[in-house]
Amino acid sequence: MAEPALSIRGLTKVYGNGFHALKGIDLDVEQGDFFALLGPNGAGKSTTLGVVCSLVQKTAGQVSIFGIDIDRDFARAKYHLGVVPQEFNFNQFEKVLDIVLAQAGYYGMPRREALPRAERLLKDLGLWDKRGGSARMLSGGMKRRLMIARALMHRPRLLILDEPTAGVDIELRRSMWEYMRRINREEGTTIILTTHYLEEAESLCRNVAIINHGEIVRNTSVRGLLAELDTETFLLDLAHPVAEAPAIEGFEVRQVDSAQLAVVVHRGQRLNDVFTALGERGIEVVSMRNRANRLEEMFVSMVEQGSDARARAEQVEVGQ
Amino acid sequence: MNPAQVAIALWTLVVKEIKRFTRIWPQTLLPPSITMAMYFIIFGSLIGSRIGQMDGFSYMDFIVPGLIMMAVITNSYSNVASSFFSNKFQRSVEEMMVSPMPNWVILSGFVLGGMARGLGVGLIVTLVSLFFTRISVAHPLLTVGVVVLTAALFSIGGFINALLANKFDDVSIVPTFVLTPLTYLGGVFYSISLLPTFWQNASLLNPILYMVNVFRHGFLGVSDIPVGWALAAIVAFIIVLFTVALWMLERGKGIRS
Repeated sequence: MAEPALSIRGLTKVYGNGFHALKGIDLDVEQGDFFALLGPNGAGKSTTLGVVCSLVQKTAGQVSIFGIDIDRDFARAKYHLGVVPQEFNFNQFEKVLDIVLAQAGYYGMPRREALPRAERLLKDLGLWDKRGGSARMLSGGMKRRLMIARALMHRPRLLILDEPTAGVDIELRRSMWEYMRRINREEGTTIILTTHYLEEAESLCRNVAIINHGEIVRNTSVRGLLAELDTETFLLDLAHPVAEAPAIEGFEVRQVDSAQLAVVVHRGQRLNDVFTALGERGIEVVSMRNRANRLEEMFVSMVEQGSDARARAEQVEVGQ
Repeated sequence: MNPAQVAIALWTLVVKEIKRFTRIWPQTLLPPSITMAMYFIIFGSLIGSRIGQMDGFSYMDFIVPGLIMMAVITNSYSNVASSFFSNKFQRSVEEMMVSPMPNWVILSGFVLGGMARGLGVGLIVTLVSLFFTRISVAHPLLTVGVVVLTAALFSIGGFINALLANKFDDVSIVPTFVLTPLTYLGGVFYSISLLPTFWQNASLLNPILYMVNVFRHGFLGVSDIPVGWALAAIVAFIIVLFTVALWMLERGKGIRS
């Protein structure tokens, strides 16, 4: 069996101020996977990726990239790694082409090889026309694409994308999704993605790990996770306004506004029963949609459960 | 990385550093040229003619090597300090940290970039001095050797400063409060033989005195101190500071959390 693209064992990070950012996490990402690492702000996502990229020094644990232990031969492991960080981290005063060519140079790529590679990537990402301009003149979305082009210059087998579409408009986000899908599918690049747009993870990723308070709380397939989803909320647009939400036995029904109802449907319940009950009351539904994306509901519920458990534990501690 | 890849990485970094300071030449190359021209006019031509001779040479001839060395020291140091700190500040240092480039290549790339600016400005100052005096070089090899070593030493110093700096103010503290006084008191404008015995001995603790004197010896053939010892001291300082800078880089001091 092929080595995992990324293997993490017992990874611990305690910062200088005593903050326990990672509490011995284990994680495997298989080769060719499109993997989401999700979690609220401060959960430990960026610290985990920072250790993998050598930007953060781990306190304990092991990290291997394609079977190469970073403690033994980090330089060789880094050849396989491409990183698109959350924040812009290039010299804003340099030219676009110079930024990607310099990155190739840092990996020892000769210029005669780097130039055509840069041309292809910048064209693919719609930046070729901007190659001679200073990076600070680019829009936010272009800067993000520049970081993707830069990360791909040395043909990494593992690409880490830390919130790559943050602040990017919807149209551009969709085109970036398509590009990421393409390099994952056609070039076999393993991709690890962190994002706050859970729709993004649901749409792109096959597997997911959820990290909270420095611990992995779930590590499974996106499909498996969604199958566990216990409730879904549907928004029903009504043909005529209603004065109040009708009571339907077994269902939680709330009025969003006079012409819209929100209905919470638990696993095993039939949506048809809602329509029947509404029909009996003379309420006509003209359209219906999910309130939010499904993964988001799951994520919020997991994080809330984790917080509740933590609060309970703290109360017990205080009580003792 | 194999040796060819290391060479490409180092070349990339050096070219990038040279492009940086040439792109902003009105901030990096022009000011020292104007400042030094002022020194030549005021101290060399106007006041110097009233001072008379220093160590058997006209005052203008005496201060030219010192002023060239002063320009090399301050520009080598400030180039690396500001460039590396700027990389830290803009987080573009991460581009290098995530790459397989060895730390000694990163350090050498910045040091060579700093040396390029220091020596470049030194050359410009030398050319400016030709408007005021005729330069003759008594020991060309020694002159070139000591100026190159001095540029290397202060480039490494600038790198350590940038690693330790947390804000832009920290980058200017050492040049303002350490480097400038030591340079002015390092025999640029006078021979230490003019000083009382106590201050002559105190001056011997100033490392810049040795560099200025060896450089002047290369130009004029005169020096206040033994040339061999001075060269050995410069080389020893380079080895020690390079080792310290590399150790700090390996430990991620100031760049890794």
